Amino acid sequence: MRVALFVTCINDTLYPRTGRAVVSLLERLGVEVGFPAEQSCCGQPQFNTGYRHATEPLALRYARAFRDYEYVVTPSGSCAAMVRDNYPRLGQKAAAEGRGGALTEAAAEAVPKTYELTEFLVDVLKVTDVGAYYPHTVTYHPTCHGLRMLGLGDRPRALLQHVKGLELRELAGAEECCGFGGTFAVKNPAVSAVMGADKTRHIQETGAEAVCTVDNSCLLHIGGTLSRQGSTVRPVHIAEILASTEGNVL
Amino acid sequence: MSVTDLGMPAFPAAAARSTRDTRLRANLRYATHTIRDKRARAVGELSDWAQLRAAGRAIKDRTLRHLDHYLERLEEAVTAAGGQVHWAADAAEANRIVTRLVRATGEREVVKVKSMATQEIGLNEALAEAGISAYETDLAELIVQLGKDRPSHILVPAIHRNRSEIRDIFRTEMGSWGRPAPDGLSDRPTELAEAARLHLREKFLRAKVGISGANFMVAETGTLVVVESEGNGRMCLTLPETLISVVGIEKVVPTWQDLEVFLQLLPRSSTAERMNPYTSMWTGTTDGDGPRTFHLVLLDNGRTDTLADTVGRQALRCIRCSACLNVCPVYERAGGHAYGSAYPGPIGAILTPQLRGTASALDASLPYASSLCGACYEVCPVAIDIPEVLVHLRERVVEGGKVVRGGMRTVIQPAKGHAAERAAMRAAGFVFDRPGVLRAGQRLAARTRRLHPRRLPGPGHAWSDTRDLPPVPAESFRDWWQRTRGAERGDGREEGAK
Ligand code: SF4
Repeated sequence: MRVALFVTCINDTLYPRTGRAVVSLLERLGVEVGFPAEQSCCGQPQFNTGYRHATEPLALRYARAFRDYEYVVTPSGSCAAMVRDNYPRLGQKAAAEGRGGALTEAAAEAVPKTYELTEFLVDVLKVTDVGAYYPHTVTYHPTCHGLRMLGLGDRPRALLQHVKGLELRELAGAEECCGFGGTFAVKNPAVSAVMGADKTRHIQETGAEAVCTVDNSCLLHIGGTLSRQGSTVRPVHIAEILASTEGNVL
Repeated sequence: MSVTDLGMPAFPAAAARSTRDTRLRANLRYATHTIRDKRARAVGELSDWAQLRAAGRAIKDRTLRHLDHYLERLEEAVTAAGGQVHWAADAAEANRIVTRLVRATGEREVVKVKSMATQEIGLNEALAEAGISAYETDLAELIVQLGKDRPSHILVPAIHRNRSEIRDIFRTEMGSWGRPAPDGLSDRPTELAEAARLHLREKFLRAKVGISGANFMVAETGTLVVVESEGNGRMCLTLPETLISVVGIEKVVPTWQDLEVFLQLLPRSSTAERMNPYTSMWTGTTDGDGPRTFHLVLLDNGRTDTLADTVGRQALRCIRCSACLNVCPVYERAGGHAYGSAYPGPIGAILTPQLRGTASALDASLPYASSLCGACYEVCPVAIDIPEVLVHLRERVVEGGKVVRGGMRTVIQPAKGHAAERAAMRAAGFVFDRPGVLRAGQRLAARTRRLHPRRLPGPGHAWSDTRDLPPVPAESFRDWWQRTRGAERGDGREEGAK
């Protein structure tokens, strides 16, 4: 099985520990992981802000970078959803504009092999007990892309429930958006901030030591809000929890 | 669009004001969460909801594809049943037609059934200019009208008001419009409803002209349908001598069999009821029963332009249930007024910029009034992919492109005020398409990491007013990989300059 990690630009630059956790988790499960350096950004920030044409080279690059791999695994629900939902749309619009089928082909190649991390674990590797150990109370925020676009359903919870030492705390209003939304956070800062404040209030009410998601972009906003509030609740990517073992809690 | 909507600030500024109004936020939070939970229960009762939703979507799409055909069928059927059909290309024409029709009756007063189309065209204001008083008879619309306010929700126009505010409005305002509020009126819902009933009754009994919209128009028989909860609609549709209905052209459905699907989808999605308390249907005129004269004003006002857009046209499937407003986290905090249109919330954010265009700062800001969380799409009974249309309209704002306006193909220019963002997106595109440059940037950031503030100066304050930045790590993932694995795997080499 040729598996590549698509680390995403945010993780590459700001959260390399999440990428390292995915590598150590997958290797522990017997998967050989590749990292083609040609990879970059999936184009989500540009696309969702309306810059479709600026997104196109990045979609082509994505397909090219992972051409030699059977599976592409990414620790980001929103980037996986970008590839799955929007790459085909890039192709359709380019074709309608009479600009050929290159983007449609890129989408056809990229979409079926792209998996968000918890999807890959549960659907492809068919594991829910990854042998992890994490002696903390944790609450799980499902993120909008994970919940509604990818339809991750119970996968992340099933994985978390099998982690030894981990106590999962229910989050009130879990399905509500945290208020990040990419450039929404800076274009509508006031609304984003009150959404973030409601989310972090619910997180603090759980009494958990850590809040975990399948996406560091939401954690950038949630963690940044918690930090500003002086909260001790730690933002943690689910990959870091699943990569933790008795000898090495991340 | 209504004159009251002109000169509105762009969405972010208006929404920011609403977030500081703690009473408004509390009212909205309570109301939207209550309706949203009830809707979820009502929808959960039906095991075939997914099929109904797919059917609703398919019927609307098919009808919109052949809209010209069904509208002609409808016109024939309405005319054959004794009604008169008028076509209005835009708001001004619709207002002129209705004003002329009311004048022809010699009346100076009309009673109104709650209607989005007449809100959209600003009919009440147009009638007032012609010296005609239009009385809203839906309880929430009455509250809005008496309070000299604007509606903030499709279904519950006074959702931003709580009971004590409503009592105060009734006490101070009812007297100048007709029968005053009873002495000692409290804020108990039953007393408030009774005060409204007494106030409205004299209007119903006196009115000679009724004005309505319609939820659906059945092409095969020319039948119009209004669903409602209070019974005021039934009074306005049956008591006056003349009935004038202003209806958007997208409200037509081909047959009664099609209607059946929507009469299941709509009540559960909007009021969380299994069926509406009042479903009024009328076909032209009937001797000795109901209005003697019936006029149907078919309203375009940007709808055929919208229909020309293959992505955006799905907004015309909307049945105005308001489920998307009730689940929207942005609507809940911003309130309906911030959207500056009769259509607030997610549907407003995709409909208004299509009906009105994206030329004004407000209309250009509406497609961005969303975190793209997808809750609206999930609940929409006709499966409008609102996030998809939002992103499509964002593209129209920043990149411009071909659109149809006023029936003419035109090319619109990118909106002003996005120059810095466009430059940033281009720069990001340049860097992300050159991983070598990306790596150089990451290394520079890592070397200077101790100098980085956790709060940003200048335009970055939009982020760091309420959020800290995470510390920049000492080593990017790419560098870690290269250092630890690069050599042995042959993966992860530096890419040559390009
Ligand atoms: S867009 Fe969908 S959910 Fe929103 S009001 Fe229209 S039909 Fe209802």
